[in-house]
Amino acid sequence: MRYFITVIAMFFTWSASAQDWEDRSVFSGADTSQSLRVLSSTDTSFFEPIINKFRIAYPNVSVEYLVTTTAEIDKIFRASPEDYDVVISSAMDLQLKLVNDGYAAKIANVETPDWAKWRDSLFAFTIEPAAIVINKAAFLGHKIPKTRQELIQSLRARPALFQDKLGTYDVRESGLGYLFATQDARASETYWRLMEVMGGLGTKLYCCSGAMIDDLESGKIAVAYNVLSSYAKARKGQDTSIEIILPADFPTTMMRTAIVSDSTINVKNAENFVRHLLDIQSEGQKDATTSLPSLFLNPGEQTIPLEPALMTYLDRLKRKTFLLEWERAIVQ
Amino acid sequence: MKYLLVEDNHELANAVCSRLEFDGHVVDHADKLQDAIAYADTSEYDLILLDINLPDGDGRTFLKHHRDRKQITPIIVLTARSQVSDRISILDLGADDYVTKPFDHSELQARCRAVLRRNSGAVQTILEFGDVAFNQVAGQLMIRGELVNLRNRELRLFELLLNARGQIFSKQKLADRLFSYDEDVSENAIEVYIGRLRKHLENTNLVITTHRGLGYRLDDV
Amino acid sequence: MSEIVRTSGSLRKRLMITLISGAAVLAIVLFLIVRGYATQIAQNGQDNILSASVSSLLDAAVVQDGTVEVDFPYSSFSMLDTELDDRVFYGIYQDGRLLSGYEDLPRPSLKDGERRSFQTLDYAGTTVRLASAKRTLVGATGRTEISVSIAQTQDALSQTLGDISQTVTLFGTGFFLLIVLLSYWATTVTINPLMRLAMSVQRRGPQDLSPFRKEVPSEMVPLVSSLNTLMGRLDHSLTQSEDFIAEAAHRVRTPLATVRSYADATLQRVTKKQNRDALRSMVRAIDESSRAASQLLDHAMITFRADHLEKKQIDLVALVQELVVRLAPIAEMKDVTLDFAHDDVVTTKGDIILLQNAIRNLIDNALKYAPNESDIYISVKSDPNPNVMVLDQGPGYPVEDFDNLTTRFARGKNADGVVGSGLGLTIAKDVAVAHDGDLLLSNHEKGGACAILSL
Repeated sequence: MRYFITVIAMFFTWSASAQDWEDRSVFSGADTSQSLRVLSSTDTSFFEPIINKFRIAYPNVSVEYLVTTTAEIDKIFRASPEDYDVVISSAMDLQLKLVNDGYAAKIANVETPDWAKWRDSLFAFTIEPAAIVINKAAFLGHKIPKTRQELIQSLRARPALFQDKLGTYDVRESGLGYLFATQDARASETYWRLMEVMGGLGTKLYCCSGAMIDDLESGKIAVAYNVLSSYAKARKGQDTSIEIILPADFPTTMMRTAIVSDSTINVKNAENFVRHLLDIQSEGQKDATTSLPSLFLNPGEQTIPLEPALMTYLDRLKRKTFLLEWERAIVQ
Repeated sequence: MKYLLVEDNHELANAVCSRLEFDGHVVDHADKLQDAIAYADTSEYDLILLDINLPDGDGRTFLKHHRDRKQITPIIVLTARSQVSDRISILDLGADDYVTKPFDHSELQARCRAVLRRNSGAVQTILEFGDVAFNQVAGQLMIRGELVNLRNRELRLFELLLNARGQIFSKQKLADRLFSYDEDVSENAIEVYIGRLRKHLENTNLVITTHRGLGYRLDDV
Repeated sequence: MSEIVRTSGSLRKRLMITLISGAAVLAIVLFLIVRGYATQIAQNGQDNILSASVSSLLDAAVVQDGTVEVDFPYSSFSMLDTELDDRVFYGIYQDGRLLSGYEDLPRPSLKDGERRSFQTLDYAGTTVRLASAKRTLVGATGRTEISVSIAQTQDALSQTLGDISQTVTLFGTGFFLLIVLLSYWATTVTINPLMRLAMSVQRRGPQDLSPFRKEVPSEMVPLVSSLNTLMGRLDHSLTQSEDFIAEAAHRVRTPLATVRSYADATLQRVTKKQNRDALRSMVRAIDESSRAASQLLDHAMITFRADHLEKKQIDLVALVQELVVRLAPIAEMKDVTLDFAHDDVVTTKGDIILLQNAIRNLIDNALKYAPNESDIYISVKSDPNPNVMVLDQGPGYPVEDFDNLTTRFARGKNADGVVGSGLGLTIAKDVAVAHDGDLLLSNHEKGGACAILSL
């Protein structure tokens, strides 16, 4: 299918042309008058199969897929919501706040469980736990930690080995990192102790999961905390040097969500895109053509709930307080 | 026969009395309710003729009184009320029959006879002349022990002649007595009845003789 | 009889309409009250949660190193989660200056001394409930006032109210329907005594003018007592006129009887044909007048009774049998035999007085026209309909005016010399028609009139 995907170097002068996109792809359809602008934090490679399927169903619609960080998405979208039709982000809190602040359109009669939507505007389409990913070489002959507490013990046991060999999100830059951190902090004090330990060992801070996994593979770091398991799994298929650990003490599970801009003029197409996305993702089985985890929750498992409380850590004062404490712990 | 006539209108009472006496009956006349009750309590009558409207009360009171005392003397009511409901109430109170005023004497007599015949259990007067026996109340004529079937008019003709034996009746007089006033009867009709009666009485003690120009007479031989 | 009575609506309808409209008003009032109450309760519920949320935010406010920190718990917003995912807006202010939250959210309007306030206002394109509270913090640098407002949309509240409204509407409708049923029942119960009274007036026989003795509701007492008074007066005047007629008849008939008796007696003594004819004419005139009077009275009575026909089970055989016995003496006078034949049982429904009168008139007629020493054949049969036939051996009906015989005062051409008023057959015909029957007149082939009263 790849042959009809054309990555076009755009020479139009977009209003957002000054924007620094991590990636920008245009999947052109038969009718150029119908186009969708999708603002996303998910790498194009993960989303391409989904867009292709959508284009089979709606061959007339062109899709422009724009990738940037979650924090950027929030900023760009709030600045000009009429320029974008669909917003996809892994930062649930920011997405929920967009809906709360009235940036999202309602889509009626979407068949998805209640816990996977908010106000019929915000729709979750993946289930992705945060994981501890390790380089197996660093744990040869040692017990692989299963919980955060065990990780703390492992790090304390061999501080020399792990010095400058740890990584996690820089929560000041990454929206998803901030979401994981605040949810961890909300769940247990263990998070702060881990941060202090990691801070003491000179942890490297990353903008994204991809970069963390890159460094893990190359052996630059031995342990990455709060990495998106989906990215890690995608990479693990090619490499056996890393191991993905889903913490057994408490999981922090994120859902990727989508909204349709309330200001869009392509309402129908945008709605169809989201419906199509949910259709594909809720089929439950792993499709060969998509590498995103499906919207499937095992009994007993929980995700970060979609509720107004997600806005708590987005509060200016709360954020200031949290970041201060976080910096005190990890930057030192 | 002994009659009690209860009637407050004296002229009518006189007319009725004279007519009944003319037929050979004994009649007591009472013009008040109280008198009527007194008469009925003291004497025995074969028949009571009762007027309903009386100066001192209602004839129906007499009827009730009479029946309450288990008197069996038949009562014929003379009424000026012709309505059906009145007639029915009179019969319900125990009268045997009624005659509406003004009445035809022949009808009154006929009703008297019928009532008497119906109540004939009381008194049986049988007149006997040799082999002829006559029960006046039942109106039965027996000749040599055998019942003779007489028609009503023959019977009344016989009765008339028998009650006034030896007296001559003109054809005119007989017709007046046997027929209603409005029947135009030829005198020949009387001759027919006389003829029939004679035939029945052949070879008995009783003989009807013809008196030319005068009439007929019954004799006991 | 059945005169058109002007109506001014139905009492029952009026009662029903009053009760039903009352019930409708009541149902609507009930609906409004319950809905209002439910709204208040639901609003109180939302207010309580908002208030708790505001409190938890306020409680988290502290002054640290001269700056205000509000490290409010996750649960502050978590508690605001609703079924319909209502939107939440908030603002944290220090001395009226926004510290954090939504810039454009209306500022809390807390009056002096008021610790808490609730407002419903329009914000972000929808209706929100805004709860506000304030608190004074004392730090090293002095006093500062912290106020917090939290607004929440009312989607869940509206749905709850919608549900309640629906339920209340359902209840209200049910209540209304129940009241409709009840009012139907109530009106029936209320109207019933009136209906029963009307029925009992209707069912009464024409002669029954006695007062109503049955118990009636007190409201109906004036009606019933005036009805009773009216009937009393009617009864009185009827009795009076009946008495008057009876008295008049008596007064006339008794002297007539006297005259007739004298004439009769005189006839026995007078022989001269001229005088006898005069006397006989006199007697005939008397008979005719008295008979006419009787039949006029009878006819009036029959017309009255036929209008108010009281049908009862009648043994027709016994009725005719009694008439035969009653008329036998008269028949005997002419040596006429009354030959009575009948089926075993012949019954019909009818007015006994009317039927007796009609049949008596038929037999009277036959007796009048029957020749001496003839037979009158009377039969009562049940097939095909109950019928009474009277057949004489007289001259029969005059053929030329067959159709007129049953009209009033019409007499057959051959009736001369026979006393009669001309009402006999009219009466019989009227009675037959009143009983849905007919009077058939014909002449027997061997001569003689044949009258069949069929019912």
